Amino acid sequence: MSDRTWNPIETAPVEEIKALQLARLIHNVYHVYQNVPYYRQRMDEAGVKPGDIHTLQDLAKLPFTYKQDLRDTYPYGLFAVPMKEVVELHASSGTTGKQIVAGYTQKDLDIWGDCAARAIVAAGGSPKSKVHVSYGYGLFTGGLGLHYGAQTLGAVAIPVSSGNTKRQVQILQDFESDILCCTPSYATYIGETLREMGVKPEDIKLSAGIFGAEPWTEDSRRNIESLLGIKAYDIYGLTEIIGPGVAYECSEQTGMHICEDHFLPEIIDPDTGEVLPEGTAGELVFTCISKEAFPLLRYRTRDIATLSREKCSCGRTLIKMTKPRGRTDDMLIIRGVNVFPSQIETVLFQTSQTSPHYLITVDRVNNTDTLEIQVEMTDDFQFDAVRLVEQKQREIESALQSTLGISPKVRLVSPKTIQRSEGKATRVIDKRKLY
Amino acid sequence: MTVKQLSVFVENKQGRLSEITGILHSAGVDIRALSLADTTDFGILRLIVDKEEAAETALRGAGFTVSLTPVIAIGVADCPGGLAKAMTVLRDGGISVEYMYAFISRTANTAYVILRVDDNEKAAGLVQEAGFGLLTEDEIGK
Repeated sequence: MSDRTWNPIETAPVEEIKALQLARLIHNVYHVYQNVPYYRQRMDEAGVKPGDIHTLQDLAKLPFTYKQDLRDTYPYGLFAVPMKEVVELHASSGTTGKQIVAGYTQKDLDIWGDCAARAIVAAGGSPKSKVHVSYGYGLFTGGLGLHYGAQTLGAVAIPVSSGNTKRQVQILQDFESDILCCTPSYATYIGETLREMGVKPEDIKLSAGIFGAEPWTEDSRRNIESLLGIKAYDIYGLTEIIGPGVAYECSEQTGMHICEDHFLPEIIDPDTGEVLPEGTAGELVFTCISKEAFPLLRYRTRDIATLSREKCSCGRTLIKMTKPRGRTDDMLIIRGVNVFPSQIETVLFQTSQTSPHYLITVDRVNNTDTLEIQVEMTDDFQFDAVRLVEQKQREIESALQSTLGISPKVRLVSPKTIQRSEGKATRVIDKRKLY
Repeated sequence: MTVKQLSVFVENKQGRLSEITGILHSAGVDIRALSLADTTDFGILRLIVDKEEAAETALRGAGFTVSLTPVIAIGVADCPGGLAKAMTVLRDGGISVEYMYAFISRTANTAYVILRVDDNEKAAGLVQEAGFGLLTEDEIGK
């Protein structure tokens, strides 16, 4: 059975989507070339003119945009419209470095609302839904993105924002929210708080949640689903492109459909920049083909994913991307080995008597990287003998060793001692002074 | 024939023991015996108290992690060789001891040894057969 959808483009024939993409791409490359001196210079340097774009494959002729370009042109250097047409600004600090700024015209906000509305409908939402938004409101795109999505759909947006978790639970109960939107780590925290307050998942009306803005695992999804008694959906986005709603999950949950009528995806080899065929894992690159104010060309997301146009049981024809294995920014290189925090989370979910709350500390002692992972034990852990604690630590260490290929030191800590997150969780402290 | 031991997981931070004993004080709990296992990263404070439920509730309420373990408390003669005799009985019975600690009773000439062994029931049977007394929950509460 196919899903209900919001925009007819979601189920349009692929040829129709591609024709729309090409028309929009050609138009937007002209728009950018004419209005953004930085891009005109970069394209001139690369020897490519807007008139050279005739097919979707010609996209590969265009230069890439890197995060550094956004920093170099901070704040408004890549805006393609005069400020009088800009109606809203958002910013992303990222975890490292200077923040970047994104501008939106009213049309851009309409596109954003439409994309986010698709995600809400895909999660079972309708104009009758009450959408509880616990992403932070403000410069961060999470809060207002889902807010606009709910309003575009004609649903009720409840702008709770993040924080004050007991009050969140109170509002979930009193306002009878149907759909919760926040980071997966905050959803876990809300779920734990529900349990602590003695509120059962049956006591709240939530039926679904839309969670994004940080990497999360399938185990984490099941944990949230059981804590809150809901079906949990993934959503993908980044401020540089528009915010949440660039891609979203459908009922099949085998990847996220990209709003490719607005954001043209490519997968490239991160080292050579070469475009890779569908089905190959590589770095995800997006080109904005309909946005006006801040339309980036071939933006390098640093997210590693795979694209697939295989038929989806939900009925949507929009191309799908796999859940990014992790942003290359989040990846740690420890003793020369690539480590994603999500790999550690997966191991912890498979270990009994520990919770998925953890904190990774990387340091360098005598020129050797050290990896220490603090892991919370659960309340029922029997620790009266030192041996029991050490055994459990060794069990986790050896499971991590076989997954990661390097041996970490695991330290068990008391339940609820690792800081809970109301937004994006901090799971890594890197004390190495390499620069 | 076991008594309940409370174990508290103590991270190596200054003032933790003072905090724990303060909480027990406020809850009106009397500590009968205690031992602290210390490692580089953490400690385990093991307690035998008169009101273990009150102690557990108060400690958990303050955010401490508490684990309850049934242990046996053997009464031995408070004189040279008293403990050795009991340990011989356990060794001969093939009982392994994980850890132990002792306290002297207020009644004359008896010391109590708290033992965490691999088989409580068997150990209790062996020492009772050999003529040792076991302390009960009721006696600890007195």
